[in-house]
Amino acid sequence: MKRMTWFNVTSLTLGFAFLYLPMIILVIYSFNASKLVTVWAGFSTRWYGELLQNEAFLNAAWVTIKVAVISSSIATVLGTMAAYVLVRGGRFMGRTLFSGMIYAPLVMPEVITGLSLLLLFIGIGLDRGVLTIVLAHTTFSMCYVSVVVSSRLVSFDRSLEEAALDLGSSPWEAFRLVTLPIIAPAVISGWLLAFTLSLDDLVIASFTAGPSATTLPIKIFSAVRLGVSPEINALSTIMIAIVTVGVITASLVSKHSSLRAQEDARAAERPAT
Amino acid sequence: MSPTVFAPWNNPEEKPLIRFENVTKKFGEFVAIDDLSLDIYAQEFFALLGPSGCGKTTMMRMLAGFETPTTGRIELAGQDIAQVPPNKRAVNMMFQSYALFPHLSIWDNIAFGLRRDKMPKDAIEARVAEMLKLTRLEKFARRKPHQISGGQRQRVALARSLAKAPKLLLLDEPLGALDKKLRQDTQFELMDIQESTGTTFVIVTHDQEEAMTVASRVAVMDEGRIIQVATPAEIYEAPNSVYVADFIGDVNIIEARTKAVGAEQYHLDWADGQAPLTATSALPFSEGQQAHLAIRPEKIRITTERPEDAPNALQGKVLDIAYLGNLSTYHVELPGGQVIKAQTANTRRIARRDITWEDPVWISWSATAGVLLAQ
Repeated sequence: MKRMTWFNVTSLTLGFAFLYLPMIILVIYSFNASKLVTVWAGFSTRWYGELLQNEAFLNAAWVTIKVAVISSSIATVLGTMAAYVLVRGGRFMGRTLFSGMIYAPLVMPEVITGLSLLLLFIGIGLDRGVLTIVLAHTTFSMCYVSVVVSSRLVSFDRSLEEAALDLGSSPWEAFRLVTLPIIAPAVISGWLLAFTLSLDDLVIASFTAGPSATTLPIKIFSAVRLGVSPEINALSTIMIAIVTVGVITASLVSKHSSLRAQEDARAAERPAT
Repeated sequence: MSPTVFAPWNNPEEKPLIRFENVTKKFGEFVAIDDLSLDIYAQEFFALLGPSGCGKTTMMRMLAGFETPTTGRIELAGQDIAQVPPNKRAVNMMFQSYALFPHLSIWDNIAFGLRRDKMPKDAIEARVAEMLKLTRLEKFARRKPHQISGGQRQRVALARSLAKAPKLLLLDEPLGALDKKLRQDTQFELMDIQESTGTTFVIVTHDQEEAMTVASRVAVMDEGRIIQVATPAEIYEAPNSVYVADFIGDVNIIEARTKAVGAEQYHLDWADGQAPLTATSALPFSEGQQAHLAIRPEKIRITTERPEDAPNALQGKVLDIAYLGNLSTYHVELPGGQVIKAQTANTRRIARRDITWEDPVWISWSATAGVLLAQ
């Protein structure tokens, strides 16, 4: 292996320190025995224990997960439907306008989305709570799903659907039996994207959350305003761990499937016996 | 037992399986099919032949139900099918891209259409096994489409479209993706399968050799219209226009003015200061009418001496020789600058190379060798 020069070592260290030092400090202090965040008083897992006793945090975590699962599922269904119509629907009146409009929320400042949703919910007299957060998150994550799914649909061979129709499927059967299984990876990654976006959204959630339901990001943000507590560090460490495990799993799965695809390709090239 | 010639198109009693009646299809302003009428009979192997953009694929997609005619009627077994959606038609299609379902095994691909018909399980199994046997794919039943070769995929597509025993099978450039050798083998396989299943096949192709090999009748198309419908031999030997003559195979076209000299006999003035050519034609030509004499290169003889008996003989010099192995094509330049192609079969292994570049030669043909065409 080539020896690294001192210049390369330095720039690598600097770069990674810039990226990861804040998180490393956070993780280290989550194991601090002292209640004072800046003073090291020995190793302890005390704050993790206290976190499990903290009902407010646990409630917020439960609300967050509930909202993320429900809103990303609805967003996936709606976003896939929208993508399907926009890619497959042919040239109907105002198609360009519609496809522009579905992507507009991507660039809309979150504050504006949040505020307009708040006004809508007040206008129709909907009490703010889990339902309103779910609706709000569905609204903004749906267009992300739509972008991911439509990029897959554009490269999808149309004649596959025609073949299904030709062989006697109804249009719905053709979608369910042929289109959906083939675009499934895009639909799943759309769901994951929507889930992650919902999980860490602070701005829109703070507009649409009510006293009855608070999400974890709101809880952390408001807790930090009263001063950083070791419990927050512990909670953040757990979230980092979950995200890390998730990312590694996802990359392992995709690496595995691409390896399998390569093997299949080699198998196809072998002469038939 | 005398073999009866399969020619339902000559029998006025015969009812066509497919009838296009004054069908026009427009895409916006573009006219893809222009007032087209055509009959296709049961058990035919019918080829739609033409350059890309001539409307042949549009015709096929109208038969499958993916397009509807702008005006006119399409009948299948006497029924207007304009309003019947593709999934309710007794028509199956083999797609150019094969359109195999990548997430299903070969077995499931073939069973796909049968399952939609709610066929009982054991009947599906029997039918799929039969199809696998017909297309010699038994070994690959459990594989996925990307795990087999191009030729095998082509056979899966065929098996899948035949599984439902359709009245009519549409084949859209079915052999386009195969290399030449495999394509030729597959053409004969297709013909065998067509014969053994008795299904009516309509094939779309731009490959004239393929159309000639497989089809019982060929329709040559251009710009949304059918120029000629006939058997391969008729299309080749008796084209009805310069377009058809030129599209099918190689041809020499000599422009000339006609002069009647007897029953169906014409003299052709084709160049100043040259003796007139002699040709026969069943179609009448008026005095001095502009006409085109179309002669296939293999019907032109090339010799070093002037042949004594030939009614048409011209002198020229060899410009080029294309040696194709089985055949040699000589490009002979006439004094007027026109180049005529003459072809000879290389029947002997050690060729007598008595004709070479720049040699003065005689080309000659009989009075019936060429076809006289008005347009």
